Amino acid sequence: MEQSTKKITGAEILIRCLHEENVEFVFGYPGGAVLHIYDAIFHQDKFKHILVRHEQAALHAADAYSRSTGKVGVALVTSGPGATNAVTGIATAYMDSIPMVIISGQVPTYAIGEDAFQECDTVGITRPCVKHNFLVKDVKDIASTIKKAFYVAASGRPGPVLVDIPKDITADTCEFDYPATVHLRSYNPVTKGHLGQIKKALKLLTEAKRPMVYSGGGVVLGDASAHLIKLVQSLGIPITSTLMGLGGFPASDAKFLGMLGMHGTYEANMAMQECDVLLAVGARFDDRVIGNTKHFLSHPRTIIHIDIDPSSISKRVKIDVPIVGDVKSVLADMNELIATEKPAQNNSALAAWLQQIEAWRGKKCLNFAQSSEFIKPQYVIQKLHEVTKGDAFVTSDVGQHQMWAAQYYNFDKPRRWINSGGLGTMGVGLPYAMGVQFAYPDAQVACVTGEGSIQMNIQELSTCAQYHLPIKVIMLNNRYLGMVRQWQEFFYENRYSESYMDSLPNFVKLAEAYGHVGMQITKPEDVEGALKEAFAMKSRFVFMDFITDQKENVFPMIQNGKGLSEMILAEDL
Amino acid sequence: MTTHATRHIISLLMENESGALSRVAGLFSARGYNIESLTVAATEDPTLSRMTIVTSGSEAVIEQIIKQLNKLVDVVKVLDLNDGKFIERELMLVKVKATSAFRDEMKRMCDIFRGRIIDVADGSFTIELTGSGNKLDAFIESLDKAAILETVRTGASGIGRGDRILKI
Ligand SMILES: Cc1ncc(C[n+]2csc(CCOP(=O)(O)OP(=O)(O)O)c2C)c(N)n1
Ligand SMILES: [Mg+2]
Repeated sequence: MEQSTKKITGAEILIRCLHEENVEFVFGYPGGAVLHIYDAIFHQDKFKHILVRHEQAALHAADAYSRSTGKVGVALVTSGPGATNAVTGIATAYMDSIPMVIISGQVPTYAIGEDAFQECDTVGITRPCVKHNFLVKDVKDIASTIKKAFYVAASGRPGPVLVDIPKDITADTCEFDYPATVHLRSYNPVTKGHLGQIKKALKLLTEAKRPMVYSGGGVVLGDASAHLIKLVQSLGIPITSTLMGLGGFPASDAKFLGMLGMHGTYEANMAMQECDVLLAVGARFDDRVIGNTKHFLSHPRTIIHIDIDPSSISKRVKIDVPIVGDVKSVLADMNELIATEKPAQNNSALAAWLQQIEAWRGKKCLNFAQSSEFIKPQYVIQKLHEVTKGDAFVTSDVGQHQMWAAQYYNFDKPRRWINSGGLGTMGVGLPYAMGVQFAYPDAQVACVTGEGSIQMNIQELSTCAQYHLPIKVIMLNNRYLGMVRQWQEFFYENRYSESYMDSLPNFVKLAEAYGHVGMQITKPEDVEGALKEAFAMKSRFVFMDFITDQKENVFPMIQNGKGLSEMILAEDL
Repeated sequence: MTTHATRHIISLLMENESGALSRVAGLFSARGYNIESLTVAATEDPTLSRMTIVTSGSEAVIEQIIKQLNKLVDVVKVLDLNDGKFIERELMLVKVKATSAFRDEMKRMCDIFRGRIIDVADGSFTIELTGSGNKLDAFIESLDKAAILETVRTGASGIGRGDRILKI
């Protein structure tokens, strides 16, 4: 705890609070309501302020910093348009439960409600997309509010917390006293799971004939990967993962069936449908994962669900054995029970089940027809994996390229796959890569994007130049809003309404205009060499424009309203 | 599990802070939950507000409502009164025509429902009536529609019976 009897301004207090929280980076953009805060930033050098080119990017970058490190991301924006520009970023983080603290400036307290210049009801606008938010009305409340904000953001089911601070409050003065601890009588997230339930779950899993683990983003966010690996290995049961959970269990392990869901693998979706005991860990049975709920429930199975958020349990699917708790702690308890009780398993049934799964795997649903003429997008991702030795941080935007990155990169480690799963926000890719590169300056960071998505935050090429971020942009340029086009092909008889990308810029020149390296790759035989060349430029930002097969589709695919076992495979067409 | 909608009365205690009410109201509208009525006021402890929400939904929906309410950072405690025995009361003020021909009739109806006439004017009475929502409905039903000039209802307040206590 830091204490001083000297009176300092609210702005200085805020900065001191951020120091107390060991904040390394603040991603932001200045404006009238936060001028006092920016002046206080000028006088400090404990954290680095990153000046983005659009507030949305500040939020995404702070979000990715958090996703890749597990620490709380911090963003700072001004009132009015600064705050509204931040909303997409806040909602994106909220949907994926990312811990962040967002500081927004507000018009002075005496002007609130008068439609003052750059006034908006930021607390009101953001309420539905934050874990919690605060309006600070007294300089004396800044320190305690920031303390609460960090605590609420990072504990329980994490999420973004916004603190709106009127300008006059940042000029007022008081003594700085940062609380050492925080307690909110209304907020007590559960951590330990109920032991009785855990025992019951383990019994079900060991007695199961066709057990299956379905792991989600909660495993990554809860840093429970090592515990999950231990559990799966000691029980020897198959595991699938959601888009958000990728890397939580190594993709290269034989027990891993790949991602499940709308574009999940044949083996993962079939096993999910036909298992008799399902252990869901930090996942939420969302519509992109289980497809048609009725169809999913038409197959009887017993479901165990571990989640930190009680409201995730039995929200879409009735759960038989709910375990509310921190996934890491619950999995640790399970592992301990296994170690002490060495429960017998239904080995013959399990062997038959694994054999069935191998038969499904035999479909090789991710095989694609190679071409000597066109660059196949899947091939680019496979080569990206090879060239980066599977060890890059990969961010993506939203669309077909995102699914291909998820399907073909084969993530072996958690916090390496950074994308917007819940909100599906186009435009996150580049700012996500920035957030990751700031956190890991020496790591290989690849941003897999589409020519549609990249243009939603293309201005950040300037930020990347300013901070010399050696990001590699892997743009799969199909000249289409590909995912939209794919749906139009399947469900609207090829009526490609407004899904064609016309008047694309010369991306190579564009990159060069910002002082970056630009490359265009048009031939399959050049893919690998170009990637090697780009990643060899360790200190340079390289923008790679891969001209890919225009009409390639993402398979497998579960159409809207269909069930998990009703996939369309590439071979069916 | 029943899938048909039933009426539930949910009581909750929350931090008495500006914006607290909009968090609850926003939750109901954002998730498409139904609100029949919502009442809120500070408790004997001025830092806490108590809210009574009358809603309806299937068991699964009510379970989600309770969980989602608990998830709000400002909410201290939530109780589904329908989980046990409880008392429900609502206050209604009704202004009715009480011209000479109606006056006695109105007085009689009011007595039957144990209401009180709290304001008397030349052509009207204002009746205060307390009871469950059903009782208030029944009173309205029993009046000649043409006689009703104005009604105002508080929405239900509820409290558990006996030692079912919602307190921190
Ligand atoms: C902000 C935003 N607007 C619209 C969408 C809807 N949408 C989802 S994917 C997609 C196409 C993306 O195109 P591109 O970035 O070129 O990727 P591709 O699918 O071609 O790989 C669109 C428009 C979205 N997800 N986000
Ligand atoms: Mg595209």
